Amino acid sequence: MSMVQLKINDISVEVPAGTTILNAAKSVQIKIPTLCYHPDLRPWAACGICVVRNEGSLKLLRACCTTVAPGMKIKTHDADIVRVRRTVLELILSNHPNDCLQCPRSGNCELQSLAADFGIREIPFETDVPSIPIDDSTQSIVLNQEKCIKCGRCAIVCQEMQNVWALEFIGRGENTRMAPAADVSLNESPCIKCGQCSAHCPVGAIYEHDHTRQVWDALCDKDKFCVVQIAPAVRVAIGEAFDQEPGTIMTGQTYSALRRIGFNAVFDTNFSADLTIMEEGSEFIERFTKGGTLPLITSCCPSWTDWMEKYANDFIDNFSSAKSPQQMLGVMAKTYYAEKMGIDPAKIYMVSIMPCTAKKYEITRSGNMFASGYQDIDVVLTTREAARMIKSTGIDFVNLPEEEPNSILGEYSGAGTLFGVTGGVMEAALRTAYCLITAEAQPPSINFDVVRGMEGVKEAEIDIKGTKVRIAVAHQMGNVEQVLNAIREDRKNGVKPRYDFIEVMACRGGCIGGGGQPLGATDEIRKKRIAGLYRDDEKSTIRMSHLNPQIQKAYDEYLDKPLSEKAHKLLHNNYHAKKVYSK
Amino acid sequence: MAYKQYILVCGGTACESNKGIELIETLKKELEDNGLIRDVQVVRTGCLGFCEKGPIVKILPEDTFYVEVRPEDAAEIVQEHIIKGRAVERLLYNKEQSKTNVGIKEIDFYQKQFRVVLRNCGVIDPDKIDEYIARDGYKGLEKVLFEMKPEDVIEEMNISGLRGRGGAGFPTGRKWSFAAMQPKGQKYMVCNADEGDPGAYMDRSTLEGDPHSILEAMTIAGYAIGADKGFVYIRAEYPLAIKRLENAIRQATDYGLLGDNILGSDFSFTIELRFGAGAFVCGEETALLASIEGKRGMPTPRPPFPAVKGLWGCPTVINNVETLANIPIIMLKGANWFNKIGTETTKGTKVFALTGKINNSGLIEVPMGTTLREIIFDIGGGIKDGKEFKAAQTGGPSGGMIPPQFLDTPIDYESLTRIGSIMGSGGLIVMDEDDCIPDIAKFYLQFIVEESCGKCAPCRIGGRKLLNYLIKICDGKGTAEDIQNMRDISEAMSRASLCGLGQTASNPVISSLRYFMDEYIEHIDDKKCRAGKCKKLLRYTIDETKCVGCTACARVCPVDAISGERKQAHVIDADKCIKCGQCFDVCKFQAVSRS
Repeated sequence: MSMVQLKINDISVEVPAGTTILNAAKSVQIKIPTLCYHPDLRPWAACGICVVRNEGSLKLLRACCTTVAPGMKIKTHDADIVRVRRTVLELILSNHPNDCLQCPRSGNCELQSLAADFGIREIPFETDVPSIPIDDSTQSIVLNQEKCIKCGRCAIVCQEMQNVWALEFIGRGENTRMAPAADVSLNESPCIKCGQCSAHCPVGAIYEHDHTRQVWDALCDKDKFCVVQIAPAVRVAIGEAFDQEPGTIMTGQTYSALRRIGFNAVFDTNFSADLTIMEEGSEFIERFTKGGTLPLITSCCPSWTDWMEKYANDFIDNFSSAKSPQQMLGVMAKTYYAEKMGIDPAKIYMVSIMPCTAKKYEITRSGNMFASGYQDIDVVLTTREAARMIKSTGIDFVNLPEEEPNSILGEYSGAGTLFGVTGGVMEAALRTAYCLITAEAQPPSINFDVVRGMEGVKEAEIDIKGTKVRIAVAHQMGNVEQVLNAIREDRKNGVKPRYDFIEVMACRGGCIGGGGQPLGATDEIRKKRIAGLYRDDEKSTIRMSHLNPQIQKAYDEYLDKPLSEKAHKLLHNNYHAKKVYSK
Repeated sequence: MAYKQYILVCGGTACESNKGIELIETLKKELEDNGLIRDVQVVRTGCLGFCEKGPIVKILPEDTFYVEVRPEDAAEIVQEHIIKGRAVERLLYNKEQSKTNVGIKEIDFYQKQFRVVLRNCGVIDPDKIDEYIARDGYKGLEKVLFEMKPEDVIEEMNISGLRGRGGAGFPTGRKWSFAAMQPKGQKYMVCNADEGDPGAYMDRSTLEGDPHSILEAMTIAGYAIGADKGFVYIRAEYPLAIKRLENAIRQATDYGLLGDNILGSDFSFTIELRFGAGAFVCGEETALLASIEGKRGMPTPRPPFPAVKGLWGCPTVINNVETLANIPIIMLKGANWFNKIGTETTKGTKVFALTGKINNSGLIEVPMGTTLREIIFDIGGGIKDGKEFKAAQTGGPSGGMIPPQFLDTPIDYESLTRIGSIMGSGGLIVMDEDDCIPDIAKFYLQFIVEESCGKCAPCRIGGRKLLNYLIKICDGKGTAEDIQNMRDISEAMSRASLCGLGQTASNPVISSLRYFMDEYIEHIDDKKCRAGKCKKLLRYTIDETKCVGCTACARVCPVDAISGERKQAHVIDADKCIKCGQCFDVCKFQAVSRS
């Protein structure tokens, strides 16, 4: 690769051609302030904060999107540049409510910290904030356009990363807003509730629908038996809210904290991930060996199922009917657990802690979510909300003793924990499928490296003792359509579909990159969280779902066998085509 | 069959909207009725430029120039001029001049003009390809296709020194060479016909009057850069230009001048139209391309420049209409003919839409280097009603206000930038003593606020703030601090905005603060608007010595602010008065005064 030499603040810099001034400066420890820029996204170049000057030109360049040229002499900070940046920042603040104390992003807002860095004490210009009603039409995310600074991140994420096209630039000039096209509500829009907009928003314009109040109320209610489950991806990210390195495994501390907050029992979604493998894996084996619609496509991710129902409902028959681990745990808590413990299921209040905003939507998405006779999951909290609850109790989270989950819905295999990472469901399924098909104790290699990593679409052919299983793994919604189109092409040509089994997760990196995770995720952070989950798997003594003794017990005592009538009633669901715009 | 005489009737939008079409029909009918239709041809031409005096009729070969011709005048023109050979004196432009032969050359408006871009406008029937061909049309293309290699064409463009007429003045040959340098593959040639400055109609007139010159130029450019597909991005508000372009594309295709193997060569090129919905920002290259692709018209950062990565990611050259109109004649007459016109840095001519407080408003073309004084006073005939010149705005809302001390500046890209304005696309608005500078700045900022795409913060928010300050000042509520804030915002906008629209949007403010600070100070300190434009600063009073108590003012006042007994002097209640000025207009005794 050809290298470019330039000077930044009189420091000689050599970087590969094509590097932006922003990154070239970073390589010599110079931080150029940014606001609209996000490393996940192509530079949108909207805010005008990252401007720098090339010697000899009065014109300023945007460091985020301008690539280096040989011989440049860049000045990143001097009185002249700082003054222009400051005026731009003051202009942005003059269009912002600046009611930081009541803002969900207080203390974690990119605009707030920029204003602090610039030492803004007063804004010379009259403030003028348009009055626009809040859109809380979905249970997942809330759009407050008044706080929006039009950085464009949410729309680019929604359109380019996620291929959803719910959020658009609408209106012109000063009336520009980020909202669903034609001003329908988010709930009427194509929104799949993945929450990636909220994970990328620099301010408090789009954020998770907060349900902590309901949980506090339930915890105060003496009549309720409050139980909670934590999803795989939560354990390696929640620590970030307490200044821990991303990827630090905080499972035991989270169990402790939740008990101290007042939950009567703490379960683990990893248990039901194992259960999902039993059902979905069996479903796959049945379709694969006896002939059924292939490829089988995973359906654990509610954003993905929502997208499919709207945009790709020609794949409904390909969907696994197995419920997601969250829903399986909910129904098992209010049936199996309730029966075994002699608790009135009406009194059980089931809370999930999820890395995901779409899980808030999933709990009422169809009648199947009431399989216990009650709403199987009462409320979902994102990792961010759970961290806030813990903080508000004064618990010293990081130094808590590590506790164990409650039996009988707590124990998990290493395969279950992999559900939080792209390729993880596939890997867990392959481990079990291999053993069930071959009747061997374990596959030659317990790790399936071909399904690991951040590549958008991973394809492989897995050899199960001479039987070839062709698989694809896609994460980040924008990468999924190419896989579906490949199958559509095979269908059109009347040939056997090129894949037997497909795993889809809507968020980049899988659930560890979910829209409800601690803010500020970048690929660097996602990779650390992924590494955390692989460590969690490695340290497990049982690493295959079907060997989880509590799973075996659940079938023996209650469910009979995978795909049994009872399992079907409780653990499976179906999908229907939907309009992209419901209005 | 040859005609003995030709009656050319201007078919520009201004003349057409002034019963021009009816005039043509009546002329034809009169000729028919007098059995002359085989001897005299009526031609609807493109814009003749002298819009102030339209509809314009020109009769050839004697070159008689009639102005403000109504359909009712048709009979007299046929009877007197055609049949009897006597000019209709009352319709001549300058009645003192030679009565039989008042040609275009003798009219001040045309004397200092030099027509390269508009060479065919007003001369040919734009709907007839044969007339374009008769004026050497498509000869440049023929020469290019059969005598020149693509690199020769680019070299010729480089020698010609032609610079983009869309505003920024980037050398056209250089732009082409960037696209030509890209690896072979799909490339596009785009004509930017999204003219959007208030009061500007250079491109519209060119397209309406000489559409083939644009098609020919695009084909030449396509050959030079290796593109086989062209788009004209044109405002949907230009229906006549669209109709003529569509017709021209059809004719050129029929003649084998567009399509596969043009003129039997190996080169193929097609052109399609794409309509813009009138967003000013879509004149900016990257926003224009987004709009053609069906996306929201918002600029994207450059680089990558469109010449490298443009339409659908392919190398794309975008030239505006006026730039293109120069190209066929450069190819035909040679770069060395062209580069002798103009100044050291800026070759060729410039078309201006001359409007505002000027006697001869209209479309003009002058060699680069002509001074503003020549344009305004010689060609434009000076300021209306003998008033005093105050400022000229070039470059539309993106330009600056040029004060009287720079009237002798020879116009080129660099000189205009030096004095705080820009060449822009060619709108030239003249202001006189009745124009209020902060009020004019307010007008332009209003336009900018409406037309900002809303993407980047400095332009979206800064434009609105500037407008608010200007409204405040014009309302008599401005403070000295506002001026400082306006300066800061203007600087942030011009230096931190993403695209040309935002970068130049504060020019009217910056230039007016620089040259007309006294007017701002008057508004702020003295609450006075010397032009009487800022309503809220006006004071209406009644001079009791002049008032006869006729009650006319009290009756006309819509808010009952005027009281007084019949035949007694009246008074105006300043608190109630809304400064509508009706009392001032109605008073027959000049008793109402405005200050």
